[in-house]
Parts: sequence; structure tokens; C-alpha cells
Amino acid sequence: MTARGPRATPAAAAAIVAALGLAACSPATTEDTSADAEVPTGEGVVTVLAAASLTEPLTALAERYEADNPGVTVRISFGSSTTLAQQIAEGAPVDVYASAGESALDLLPEDVAADAGRATVARNTVEIATPPDDPGGVSSLADLADPDLDVVLCADTVPCGKAADEVLTAAGVTPNVVSREVDVKATLTKVTLGEADAAMVYHSDVVSAGDDVRGVEIPDADNVTLVYPMLWFSQDPDVVGFADLVRGTDGTSALVEAGFLAP
Amino acid sequence: MTTATPGASPEHGAPVRRPRPGLSRPGLSRAVLLVPAGLGVALVVLPLVGLLLRTDWPRILENLSAPLVWPAIRLSLLTTLATVAVCCVLGTPLAWLLARADGRAASWLRAVLTVPVVLPPVVGGVALLMAYGRRGVVGAPVLELLGLRLPFTPTAVVLAQVFVSLPFFVLAVEGAMRGVDARYDAVAATLGASPLRVFTRVALPLAGPGIASGAALAWARALGEFGATITFAGNFEGRTQTAPLAVYVALQNDPQAAIALSIAMLAVSLLVLGLLRGRWLR
Repeated sequence: MTARGPRATPAAAAAIVAALGLAACSPATTEDTSADAEVPTGEGVVTVLAAASLTEPLTALAERYEADNPGVTVRISFGSSTTLAQQIAEGAPVDVYASAGESALDLLPEDVAADAGRATVARNTVEIATPPDDPGGVSSLADLADPDLDVVLCADTVPCGKAADEVLTAAGVTPNVVSREVDVKATLTKVTLGEADAAMVYHSDVVSAGDDVRGVEIPDADNVTLVYPMLWFSQDPDVVGFADLVRGTDGTSALVEAGFLAP
Repeated sequence: MTTATPGASPEHGAPVRRPRPGLSRPGLSRAVLLVPAGLGVALVVLPLVGLLLRTDWPRILENLSAPLVWPAIRLSLLTTLATVAVCCVLGTPLAWLLARADGRAASWLRAVLTVPVVLPPVVGGVALLMAYGRRGVVGAPVLELLGLRLPFTPTAVVLAQVFVSLPFFVLAVEGAMRGVDARYDAVAATLGASPLRVFTRVALPLAGPGIASGAALAWARALGEFGATITFAGNFEGRTQTAPLAVYVALQNDPQAAIALSIAMLAVSLLVLGLLRGRWLR
């Protein structure tokens, strides 16, 4: 009897900590420090929070800016625009924020958004992505109504999910949705891994995935166009410099090359 | 919130730390231990306090009625109960065999079973996709022969939870079963009991409390599962969106619903811990 209890205790403690930690983790990070959100993040460091769909072009532009300005580091965190806006509202350090669509901007504290520099850097459209071998035989938006297809969309809380819902509702198509992923890259991954027959992502994601997916374009009449606003919260020369690069002609051509539409 | 961190430890430590006359040196050395200990407590307690303080208590029931809350809690309860059942049925015999095995193979097996305990859950999710996905080593033949797709189903949620919780169960129960005196097995065997009968009549009753606490640990781990689930099973309301996933998604557009659901999970976890502490965990 006596040997039993102590044996189980270390594992017990570990499991308990894990369980409680997970139950509490997300909301526990919330703190009312929105007033600090406009504080620049530091000398020689530009902190960028950007929509997941901007991953490839912004990474390339950051590398270019670092190469042109030795000693400057551009740190980028990609995620769903909604999550990132929430993090800014909760006081996450940020110099530049680029969002897919304008809906996530509503989550930013008004005073922070009002004082920020702002420009539209790109536009994007919705596109269907399938695995390269197209197991579900998808060649149009209407094909998504096939109940045997496994279709993955972004969560309805994030811009790509809202855009997909808008397109599907307007076309009157109700697909068999098996999962709603937390951001556009997670959605695309389900297709590149071959777990889903189709996903609705942005045209730029299909372009950046290259041969890993097959794109099925949605005609303009049925499609929606998202604008990508970029906000910068500091007048630090490197923050302004990086913002100028992204919204300048070099930035636009990098974005267009990555499958975005020019602003 | 963060400024409260240093304040919390003296508050906890004050009654113990005051040096008694003639005992200043032990009192000082105790203080040296108490400061880091108190900070450690603060690091664990403050986030929980933060959660409680940010909860909109008067409207918690209203927030708990957000549409995604009940399907998530229901799915979490059903899948975690299934997970615990799988752990008990498969894990108990495994723990018993491990408890009575001493060879190199047993050590290796024990090491392999520990991997999911230390593996990041999202890596577990990728591994599960590689195994049970539509192109996976098990998933592809299953799809071919039976027409069954595992990802994006409640079964996938259970598979992910079993992957992360079975090791906790087996390690805890094995510990309890090692505490069962091997002479009881020997006596039972000399009286003609088969190995199966020794397991059911000797090991199970004697290790009962250990099995119960192992089941509770496995359940707690399964209830908190996030990374492997969202990677392997996806996120769909009522089908694969468990309570932790619902908390994550709700935080994006309905933070108070996310907080209310977190409070509900915290309450359930505390309830189970309280029951266990009274009976089995010391």
C-alpha cells in the first residue's frame, strides 16, 4: 500500500500542471496595457505583426531591408490578422501591423489606430486550392457542393474565413466543411498534406505554394477582393523606412510576384 | 499584474519568516529558501488570479450560453471519457506486464512510451497525420479497404487524446502495480491461478486506487489537449472542436465567452483534483 502513492506523485503533478495550464493559458495573457501599444520596440529592431498570407513577400522584403541597413533587425510574427490585432490591443510590442482585410482593424484600440501611419499595400482574391492530383475532381466553385468532398475553410472569425463564407453564400454553394482552421496557412496545409480535397484560400497562397497545390480560380463576378492595410505605430526612421519599402514600388513588385494584386 | 509579483511572496512568507529570538541564522537561511519558493508560487498563481479577475462574473451564465460553448463541452466530455476507457482497457494490462518485466526490452518499451509525455503535442499531431491521415501508413489502407477517413472526425480527437494521455496512465499505473508485493503473485500462482487470474484477482484489486488516479491523470491530460487535436483532427464545431479549441477560437471574436469557458474548465479540473486529493492523491 505505502509504496503506491509516492510513485504516482511526480507524474501526477506534471499532468495536473499541464491540464490546468492549458485550461487557463489563453485568457491569462490578457492585460489592460493598451496604452503601451504604440511604444516602439527598440533601437535597431523593427517588430512586424503580419497576416499569415503575407508570409513569403514580407519575409523577403525584411531580408532586403536588413541587407540594405546593416545593424537593423526586422522581426516578423505571422498569424491570423484577428489574433494579431487582439495581441496589439493587449499590449504586444509592435511597430508595423499588416492585416488581411479591414475587419480586424476594428479590434485595435481607437487611440492606437488613430495615431498610426496607414497605407494599403496590396489586394487579394479568394481561390480554391486542391491537392495536385485533384482527388475530388474540383474545377469550379459549384463543384464544392459535392457532399463527398472534404472541404477545409478558415475559421469564421478570421478574414479568410469571412471572405470564403461571403463567396459561398453569394454563390449559394454549401460544401461539406470538415474543419475551420485558425489561419490561412493552416487551411492550405490540410490540402498540401492531402488530407482535404479542397480549401478556400487566397490567390497569393496558391501562388506561393507552387507545385504543392492546384489552384481553381473563382470568376470575378463571384469573388471578393480584400485590401491589405498596413499600419505603423512609430516615427522611428527604421520603422518608417521599412514601411516605405513595403508600400513603395519594390514592395509592390515583391507582393505582385507573390500573387497579390497591386493596391 | 506584473508589478504584483514581488509583493506576493513576502505576503505569503511573512508569518514564517519573522526570525524568532536566538534563531536568526536559521531564520535567514529559511528566508533564502522562501523568496524563490514564493516567486515560484506567484508564477503559477498569478495567471489563474488574472483569469478570475478578468471574468465578467455577473454575466458568466450569459457568456457560457454563446453558441460554441456547449457543443465544445459536450464533445470534450464524450471524447475524454472514451479516451479514459481506452486507456483503462489497453493501458492496465500493459502497465501490469511492464511492472513485472525486468528485461532490456521492457526498459526500451518504457522509454518509447514516455516520448509523448515530452513531445510537443503539435509534433504528435503531425505524427498522427503521417500515421492515420489519408496518405498515412495506416490511414491509406484503412481508407482503401474500409472507406473510413479518420482525420476531421471525433475518432481522430480520441486518437490524439489517447496518444498524449496513455503514457501518463501507463506510467502512473505501473508505479502502483510495482507496489504490489510480487510474493502475492507467487502465492496465487502456486495455488494454481493462471497469469490472467493473477491479474484480475490480485493486481487489479490491489492497484485499484493507482488505476483510479492514473485514469484521472489521463483524463486531465486529455481534457487539456490542444496541439495534437487541432493539427490532426482539425477544428469543427460539434465534431472536432473540443473545449480548448473553442477557447482559442472564441478569444478572437468573443473574449468573454472564451474566459467563461476557461472558468468552466478550471472549475471542472479543480473539482476532479479535489475529489482525488481527498481519496487518492496525497
